[in-house]
Amino acid sequence: MSEPVSALNGASFDGTVAVREAGLQGMITLRGDLSSAKMKKAVKNATGAAIPGTREIAVSRESAAAWMSPDELLLMVPYDTAAEALGKIDAALKGEHYLAVNVSDARAVFEIAGAGVREVIAKLCPVDMAPGAFEPGTIRRTRMAQVAAAFWMVDAETVRVVCFRSVAGYVFGLLCDAAEPGGEVGFFV
Amino acid sequence: MLILECPYCGVKAEETEFHGGGEAHLKRFGPGSSDDEFHGYLFEKVNPKGVHFERWRHANGCGKWFHAARDTVTLEVFGTYPAQTSEPPQDIKDKISAKRPGWSWREFA
Amino acid sequence: MSTRLAQGGRLLNKDRTLKFTFNGKHLKGVEGDTLASALLANDQMLVGRSFKYHRPRGIVASGAEEPNALVGLGKGARFEPNQRVTTTELFDGLTCESQNHWPSLEFDVGEVNSKLFARFLPAGFYYKTFIHPRPFWKHLYEPFIRQSAGLGKPPRRGDEDSYEHFYAFVDVLVIGGGVAGLQAAKAAGEAGARVLVMEQTAHWGGRAPVDGGEVDGQPVDKFVDEIVAALEEMPNVTLRNRMMGAGVYDHGYVLGYERVTDHQPEAKGPRHRLWRIRAGQVITATGAIERPISFAGNDIPGVMLASAVRDYAVDYGVSVGDRTVVVTNNDDAYRTAITLKKLGLEVPVILDARASGGGRLAEEARQMGIRIETGKGIAKVKGGKRVEGVAICAQAGEGAVLEEIKCDAVAMSGGWSPVVHLWSHCGGKLIWDEAQAHFRPDVDKAPTGDAGEAFVIPAGAANGALDLAGVLADADAAGRAAAKATGHSPKSAAAPVGKAVEEAAIEPIWLMPQGAKVQLRMKAWLDYQNDVKVSDIQLAAREGYESVEHAKRYTTLGMATDQGKLSNINGLAILSDALGQPIPQTGTTTFRPPYTPISMSAIAGEAKGPLFQPLRKTPMYDWHADNGADFEPVGQWRRAYCYPKRGESRHGAVNREIKQVRDSLGLLDASTLGKLIVKGPDAGKFLDMLYTNMMSTLKPGRCRYGLMCNENGFLMDDGVVVRLDEDTFLCHTTTGGAEAIHGHMEEWLQTEWWDWKVYVANVTEQYAQIGVAGPNSRKVLEKLTDDDIGPEALTFMGFKDITIAGVPVRCYRISFAGELSFELAIPASNGRAVWERLIEAGAEFGVTPYGTEAMHVMRAEKGFIMIGDETDGTVIPQDLGLGWAISKKKDDYIGKRAQERKHMADPKRWQLVGLETVDGGVLPDGAYATAEGTNANGQRKTQGRVTSTYYSPTLKRGIAMGLVLNGPDRMGEVLEFPKVDGTVMKAKIVDPVFYDKDGEKQNV
Repeated sequence: MSEPVSALNGASFDGTVAVREAGLQGMITLRGDLSSAKMKKAVKNATGAAIPGTREIAVSRESAAAWMSPDELLLMVPYDTAAEALGKIDAALKGEHYLAVNVSDARAVFEIAGAGVREVIAKLCPVDMAPGAFEPGTIRRTRMAQVAAAFWMVDAETVRVVCFRSVAGYVFGLLCDAAEPGGEVGFFV
Repeated sequence: MLILECPYCGVKAEETEFHGGGEAHLKRFGPGSSDDEFHGYLFEKVNPKGVHFERWRHANGCGKWFHAARDTVTLEVFGTYPAQTSEPPQDIKDKISAKRPGWSWREFA
Repeated sequence: MSTRLAQGGRLLNKDRTLKFTFNGKHLKGVEGDTLASALLANDQMLVGRSFKYHRPRGIVASGAEEPNALVGLGKGARFEPNQRVTTTELFDGLTCESQNHWPSLEFDVGEVNSKLFARFLPAGFYYKTFIHPRPFWKHLYEPFIRQSAGLGKPPRRGDEDSYEHFYAFVDVLVIGGGVAGLQAAKAAGEAGARVLVMEQTAHWGGRAPVDGGEVDGQPVDKFVDEIVAALEEMPNVTLRNRMMGAGVYDHGYVLGYERVTDHQPEAKGPRHRLWRIRAGQVITATGAIERPISFAGNDIPGVMLASAVRDYAVDYGVSVGDRTVVVTNNDDAYRTAITLKKLGLEVPVILDARASGGGRLAEEARQMGIRIETGKGIAKVKGGKRVEGVAICAQAGEGAVLEEIKCDAVAMSGGWSPVVHLWSHCGGKLIWDEAQAHFRPDVDKAPTGDAGEAFVIPAGAANGALDLAGVLADADAAGRAAAKATGHSPKSAAAPVGKAVEEAAIEPIWLMPQGAKVQLRMKAWLDYQNDVKVSDIQLAAREGYESVEHAKRYTTLGMATDQGKLSNINGLAILSDALGQPIPQTGTTTFRPPYTPISMSAIAGEAKGPLFQPLRKTPMYDWHADNGADFEPVGQWRRAYCYPKRGESRHGAVNREIKQVRDSLGLLDASTLGKLIVKGPDAGKFLDMLYTNMMSTLKPGRCRYGLMCNENGFLMDDGVVVRLDEDTFLCHTTTGGAEAIHGHMEEWLQTEWWDWKVYVANVTEQYAQIGVAGPNSRKVLEKLTDDDIGPEALTFMGFKDITIAGVPVRCYRISFAGELSFELAIPASNGRAVWERLIEAGAEFGVTPYGTEAMHVMRAEKGFIMIGDETDGTVIPQDLGLGWAISKKKDDYIGKRAQERKHMADPKRWQLVGLETVDGGVLPDGAYATAEGTNANGQRKTQGRVTSTYYSPTLKRGIAMGLVLNGPDRMGEVLEFPKVDGTVMKAKIVDPVFYDKDGEKQNV
């Protein structure tokens, strides 16, 4: 079998923060009744995480469940376990009205790391990135310059950004541009 | 540039996250309707000065459609609410009444 | 002459000399200079020519309000016209040139011209003078205007600097870093609010340190130092200088324009940063601007605002003249006289237009021995390229000269106008303050935000508080109010108490002398930058332009890049007087953002070069690029149009690709096609509403071509629908339709049929999609898979999940080219690998990658329609002979009711046919078929148009599709299509299917 390749094959850049394509990430779009017991079980079985609250991301070891909308989650699992996780979901939700589909290849994931990550995001997204206003545990779907994107903080100095695969080059370009040395703003203290 | 609160995800975001969808609470007329009914449904939209009800989609966000009650002159937003309803909820109507006594919009007041 | 003084220069570091050039002349300044102060230090009084008359002009102001002194700054890719010298900080190596002169600044032909043409350039000259006689336009007016028009030169090269945006959210935004802004920020910050303060200059404290006074018993500059230090210590307060409040917009949105490296061009980082701020409350502590006085010759270099003369002396240690005459209608200008005198400079006379004269400052000046004349004014300034003297007259008279006084500078003050721009941008109203003779914010009519609350608070001089005590009290209250409005509790600390010399009342003077004759009024400038004089406004009023907005446009008053910061109030006062009505009745023109011009690049931010717009790339994009693909944009996607070989034309490549597909084998990157999963117990019912076809009857495992209309009945998208299992469908859309159709589905599900059990997911980018087409397509696939894809195992319009080269692939047997063909849906991360395996395996068949153009030609040979070619938003499926795809069994589908409207069933609607040119040539795209007669506009009647047209290498002739009146009933008829070159092309109406009418090729 051919080795799968992520959109930018792990491209990276060192600026005011380190920008790196995080590589292949297993992802499942799961739509259904988020309040049902079966859904809770399905998510637990597939990711080990609980159903996240509104705009939250629940992390469990290498997997996570992120809130996308009132009837949609994005489940993240190691890339090569996505089919297995999907099988668990299908088993748990058999007979229910739901949709679960593997979208592991539809996206690109970037990780930016460094003290200036809040500023880098604030140059591109109309989101209040001030400490207190945005913290780890929250996921935000928004506009990044001219494309749709979602991001969350892994910790105080690490942010993960997800976008569609076709615009991976554009988003990488944006992040590198925003991390260009000399562009430090000094707004978040 | 407006800010609107998406009633689904609770985000208070700027207009660039949203996509406007025109007049709210339209009743669809399909096969079997009269020419006048169909014409009214498709083409006769209101464009009031003052209280207005609009459809918006949180396009760069949770993707959900919602309604906004807004003053087209002052741009004051009276409230937003989910789209799965055929008329404005009472609490929104009460809020408008408190601020714009005697208001009316189409068949609603 | 203007020169650098031995003493003074509060903002200078005289130890560091900076070199710069002006019009090629090598000059020196010092660190801390603005370009304006450096030019004045070098006695460069003349800095530019005026726009219309090319009159010699010098620096008038010391800040953002400067109308005259605009230069072209920098060189090459960093050249930028119209830069105000007063807001340009000097740096080592700066180069600049003056504008609006030809051939040189010192000698200008335009000035000579203006003497001849002046009477042709009155108010409204754009509208009347140049209309007649017609021949004059070409030979006289136009050459003259072209020579003299324009403000500066556009840069010739692309901008090499970088720019960016920054989104900031604060409780309280303070615009202006003078004492008012600083005190307001302190009051709000102490209450715990998140505060951002922006100041357009490089310095804090505004003009208070120049004007003097005491705060809580200590000098005001000490107060400024202390409050800045205090604010810097507060973690919830951010101070930002070199950042201008450019505009205030709806719901607390504010643009801040930060000039990050303008003052140090070699530094790393963006040149400008545009802050996109959302603020709970905005405090406009934007200060006030001094007004000029309208007297003859008030534009001669050396005539300057009194405050500016003082600024240059105190801040930059520059004297504008050795002998400065001060002319005023208020007490503040006395400060200038006192300052100059203290520096040892001559003030021959202070002309105070007020009959009663000034107050305590006047007394101080008199005690210093300065001559003061009350009730007097300037009849006329003498001089050309610099001031040589003034003629004095009685303010109450018509300008009879009482005395002439030699001087080389004039400092004028017509009073102070609050900077109300930012207050007004979003709808804040103004009131006329009779006592202070200015407009100031009507605080009861503030701009309102999303909850209907007032969100702008003016503070200090911007609110009409002109004395230090008033400024600080007002600003403190503004800061507290803003904090409170954003949910914070202001501290109970007392506001600092300011103390300044008490001033006598201003007396409005709108024209000097009051009864100035026309010769004087013609030389009394209101708008320096657009060359508008008192006489122009009066003429406009006589000609009936009574509305201030009309008079503005007619005369161009206030329409230059300075937006009339100096001229507006004086102009509307003249207009009011001419109309015999009070000033408030005339009102002001609308203030619009930005406050001063901001760079286009700052607005664009990062969106330039490769980041200008997102380019969408398929998983095989790099392979196409590596293999010589010629790309075309399809929406934001970049798709291979064709793959020309070395020396091959595009046309040749397309023909070769088509021949190879029809003869053997080709590969198409079809990844951009939209792919939507529709799942649920009601999915079939839902798709029956979305498509004109019946989709609920499609059997699992099968594919069906479907049409989608909008509620208007018009065709909007098409594609193959696949039923994956009982309650799961996969809908293919056009390349451009993926997001739109996904949105369309969600819209109907969320807003109309929200009780239907259907979920939709957009999986467009999950798959790389490869079209494998041609008689050898099955053979190449069989080389790479062990699965049975034979004609029985995988029938036409069926699909099968197979493994190719170890990768799980969904294989559809569908055809758009009219040959035996397959489409493979491959997980995107393996897309390129599978593509490369197919290229390798296809080598024995002479496989060719083919692009979008070959695809288009082949579908046209088959008579398949293309959304966007055959459709344009007004075409219904019935027009295209697609009635077979419209289910007769369904009660309803989106668009059905519209298609029942009378005009939709009109037999006169143009219908799809094939067109075969008589001479074998190719019809022009979009060409119209003419009919007999003309329409009401005298235009030739038409009876059809070309929708797609190509050279068919298969048929070796031009083929086309078109919409024609009664077309399907007119087979064999010949139509005429005029071309743009005047010739006519003839084409015969034929069946739109040109190739393999019975579909035998795809069914093997």
